Amino acid sequence: MKTSRRDFIANAGAAAAAMHDLAHAQEPDHEHEHSLVPSDPALRVKSLESLLVEKGLVDPAALDALIDTYEHKIGPRNGAQVVARAWVDPAFKKRLLANGTATIGELGFGGRGGDYLVVVENTPKVHNLIVCTLCSCYPWAVLGLPPVWYKSAAYRSRAVIDPRGVLREFGLDLPQDVEIRVHDSTAELRYLVLPERPAGSEKLSEDELAALVTRDAMIGVANVPLPPGVRP
Amino acid sequence: MITLNQPDPTGAEKLSSLPQLPRDVGGPVFAEPWQAQAFALAVRLSEEGHFTWKEWAATLAAELKSAADRGEPDDGSHYYHHWLAALERLVAEKGLAEPAALFARKEAWAEAYRRTPHGKPVELAAGLAPPARR
Repeated sequence: MKTSRRDFIANAGAAAAAMHDLAHAQEPDHEHEHSLVPSDPALRVKSLESLLVEKGLVDPAALDALIDTYEHKIGPRNGAQVVARAWVDPAFKKRLLANGTATIGELGFGGRGGDYLVVVENTPKVHNLIVCTLCSCYPWAVLGLPPVWYKSAAYRSRAVIDPRGVLREFGLDLPQDVEIRVHDSTAELRYLVLPERPAGSEKLSEDELAALVTRDAMIGVANVPLPPGVRP
Repeated sequence: MITLNQPDPTGAEKLSSLPQLPRDVGGPVFAEPWQAQAFALAVRLSEEGHFTWKEWAATLAAELKSAADRGEPDDGSHYYHHWLAALERLVAEKGLAEPAALFARKEAWAEAYRRTPHGKPVELAAGLAPPARR
């Protein structure tokens, strides 16, 4: 039975705090500088939200639901264009894997100063998964707002401890011989998954390819679906 | 508390009262996550009855006008800065949160970020604790 993402968050939430510490205990080299202080407007919004939620004036679940509705509005189409270009243009792909930040800049996409984007490529033998164990560091210049589940303590901790199990809950059952690499994002270093180009997509145009690419595939919790009409 | 009998907060009619809102055919567009959070806060506070959408539109319009009067370029790039300023003002006017409390909370969050090593969740408490000896 496939678990919905919200169930996934709700069910796993209880054990998450303990697992979070465990995740870090297993990562001896995860020693970073202090967290990057957000921009002035970001801090002001955070302050408004935390005060108003504390006073019971606004329902945080309703806020999340509203943001969820719009999360796709700033971005996964940008990432999809990057992926489609990499599929059709080997020289672009080579540059993209060597220097993500500069190469997405060629398409007019970029984040604030200080972010560095690393693009990691899925192959038949390697599957990449992105997480931010700290909070919700996310390549939003190419993916938009992070989905609510990405920010959940459950995903943040379990993606590191049991990535194969997490992927199964997202409906992606990878063969045992596929290596799963989990990339922990930071405020300075963010990741984007370059998913595998699906079978049967050879005749599609770059725009048609971009339309196939999903946000979840670029986080690594899904594969890009087969083009319409193509049977596995 | 979610009121179900109100029209869709992001419905065309409501958003059309905000003529300069950055948007595409699908609705509002955001350049950074905080903008979507500020957008959602205004919509939810209005939905929960803390102010009417008309009051919101008037406050935002006044903020946009004073920016224009100050000679700021009206290219939409600062739209959500004005949105946030309007939200802070209306929240204060309605007695939902005092400016001093907001300022103190902002300092506390900034301090929490400064004190929390990367790899740990940033909790507000870290910014409220007495300062460590340096």
